Amino acid sequence: MSNTIHDMGGMHGFGKVEPEPNEPVFHARWEGRVHALQRALGATGLWTIDGARASMETLPPLTYLAATYYQRWFLGVERRVVVFGLVGEDELAAGHSLRPGAQLPLKVTPADAARPPVRANFERPSMAPARFKPGDRVRTQNINPQTHTRLPRYARDKEGVVEAIRGCHVYPDTAAIGQGDHPQWLYTVVFTGRELWGEGADPSIKVSIEAFEPYLLPA
Amino acid sequence: MSDYEHDHSELSDIQLRVRALETILVEKGYVDPAALDLIVESYETKIGPKNGARLVARAWIDPDFKAALLKDATEAANSLGHVSPVGSHLIAVENTPKTHNLVVCTLCSCYPWEVLGLPPVWYKSAPYRSRAVIDPKGVLANFGVTLPQDTEIRIWDSTAETRFIVVPMRPPGTENWSEERLAEIVTRDCMIGTGLPRS
Repeated sequence: MSNTIHDMGGMHGFGKVEPEPNEPVFHARWEGRVHALQRALGATGLWTIDGARASMETLPPLTYLAATYYQRWFLGVERRVVVFGLVGEDELAAGHSLRPGAQLPLKVTPADAARPPVRANFERPSMAPARFKPGDRVRTQNINPQTHTRLPRYARDKEGVVEAIRGCHVYPDTAAIGQGDHPQWLYTVVFTGRELWGEGADPSIKVSIEAFEPYLLPA
Repeated sequence: MSDYEHDHSELSDIQLRVRALETILVEKGYVDPAALDLIVESYETKIGPKNGARLVARAWIDPDFKAALLKDATEAANSLGHVSPVGSHLIAVENTPKTHNLVVCTLCSCYPWEVLGLPPVWYKSAPYRSRAVIDPKGVLANFGVTLPQDTEIRIWDSTAETRFIVVPMRPPGTENWSEERLAEIVTRDCMIGTGLPRS
């Protein structure tokens, strides 16, 4: 689902941003464990980063809002290990394993974990030339898919300018739902505050999104 | 049970549930607790905003490096052997007297971990994610930052796997400073765009 609570750009009512002086990396031990579990299981390649995002985005809205960041991560991981058949609901209820595990495609060893983590590369070979070039005026699609997308609601059906081509990348909209990488050209598209927020907008702001080619039409 | 009650029960006993899930995953041979310890340790001790600050300080004193950083930040970061390796598609954006940059992820919490460490809670919070794109001046005010009236604010919404780091302006009065001393004033918030370096 795309029009879910996670898509927050432009919403009102959440109050002030409250920086925390000398914030620790993790606020409790369990947060670090959730972080590490997510990293270790993510490395197996069983699911995609987009699938992981989608599983958190589709949490019930009240849960999403009430949960802290690592609570959301935990609920997402807990859901995925069941969906991908690694763990049974009965085992979660029991709090320990009831069956031996299956063979994973990859298991993170302490030697892997000791190396500094490096972000994966999501760039892929292109199947066709880029449709747009820097300077082109484009209009974002008005889409409301039932599945995952990275086109935020506030930037749909808006006119902007292509500022840069960022290469051809895994397409989250298909990768999230197990339909493959379908690499697409990725662009930085910039909009005026007025285009996004109307006449009352702050004239001194510009907002860019990273837009995959299927999100865009020539303006 | 109403949805509301259900939603809250989902968050109860989270510590116990995390422990139980780890136990199950370890028992089934899916994760190695020693590897988990090391992952936690690397983020608590090795990966943090110091890495990004070194890039900025070097860019301030070395125009060639700055040009390389703005062209391809991943490549430039990896050319400095003393910064931990940076994966693909790090993009550096430069503050100028005309333009101030601010980075957000309205859809989740995308953030350049390798150069800034894990994001602070406020970066992942609803107030920041909702307001940065519509009311950036209000957000900056929450950080005690005011910009000159004629400064354009450019917000970068990290909606894909590209990651952004802001290169703030070098403050006046730091002309004779060493690279190490300069790096000390480049805070995490400066590189997100919610702070300014102070000499």
